Amino acid sequence: MTAKQPFERVVAVHGGAVLRVCRAVLGAVEADDAWSETFLAALQAYPDLPADANVEAWLVTIAHRKALDAVRAAARRPSPTEALPEQASPPVTETEPQLADALTRLPPKQKQAVAYHYLAQLPYADVAALIGGSADAARRAAADGIASLRRTYPQQGPHR
Amino acid sequence: MSDTKHVPADLVRALDPTPDQLEVLHQRLTAAAQDDGLLDVAYRTMDSPLGTLLVAATELGVVRLAFAGEDHDAVLQTLADRISPRVLRAPARLEVVVQQLDEYFHGRRREFEVALDWRLSAGFRGTVLHHLTEIGYGHTASYATVARRTGNPKAVRAVGTACATNPLPVLVPCHRVVRSDGGMGGYLGGVDAKRTLLTLEAAA
Repeated sequence: MTAKQPFERVVAVHGGAVLRVCRAVLGAVEADDAWSETFLAALQAYPDLPADANVEAWLVTIAHRKALDAVRAAARRPSPTEALPEQASPPVTETEPQLADALTRLPPKQKQAVAYHYLAQLPYADVAALIGGSADAARRAAADGIASLRRTYPQQGPHR
Repeated sequence: MSDTKHVPADLVRALDPTPDQLEVLHQRLTAAAQDDGLLDVAYRTMDSPLGTLLVAATELGVVRLAFAGEDHDAVLQTLADRISPRVLRAPARLEVVVQQLDEYFHGRRREFEVALDWRLSAGFRGTVLHHLTEIGYGHTASYATVARRTGNPKAVRAVGTACATNPLPVLVPCHRVVRSDGGMGGYLGGVDAKRTLLTLEAAA
């Protein structure tokens, strides 16, 4: 029998990265629910996960499905007549709110490609398996997304 | 394009959760896991005169208490291997036992009233441990006496082994088992811990 780590370790090691991915794909408001659903589903399936599986890729796959569910649920909800943009999309952190905000405005595929490749370190073939299309298309979507972020957020240059 | 790297690095920072935000989500997860019957093993740590103790419980009851000297990560790994990998830090389930342990360590409690899950002590070891609960607060019994009570008077060594591998020390009072010649005998929490507990019970 191969030892499988206590699930607490999975949360401790990957919780932050998965929340960043959820925030990137869904924005700060929806991210918490997606994170919770992801880890609850993961907890349920964990005993059956092969011991040598890539846990972070597995979690991101679940998070991707939960994010799709959230987007579909949001589409089914009647759109609010009085939109409150200030409250609807609060900055996720004090430090870099504009960049997070710019990310939420990217087209979905670019956003997902950036999140899964740059935040979750999935190879482009795995990104493509999640978002559809070829690995090359995923690479282009991620590159376009990063280029677009740099255009809308050029003042980040002097950081290093 | 020398700055290709900096947007992803800034992005990670921009989306980084604070420890508080992650803790809130962790609490939500453990509550939902409990509600859905997925919290197979809940654990927490607590301060005590014996150092930091780890306490773990299944849905049936307290299943493990580990001393500071035991490697808590290794203990949790063993629980994952032997019971279920659905192990989470979830203090709510341990609230009652932690309160009772606290009272015990302060001399305000003589018996524990919590459900115990005996699954980690099978066979003769389990039989021995069940008999230990007959030794009352402030009393001691020799390894030979305990062996006799189990119906196996020759099994003195096996009683020692059962005590040394007790998954529920303090709660199942293996510290009350001493040598026939008056010596204290060993203790998995260390001889000092055993002396502390016997002194505490003698004083109260």
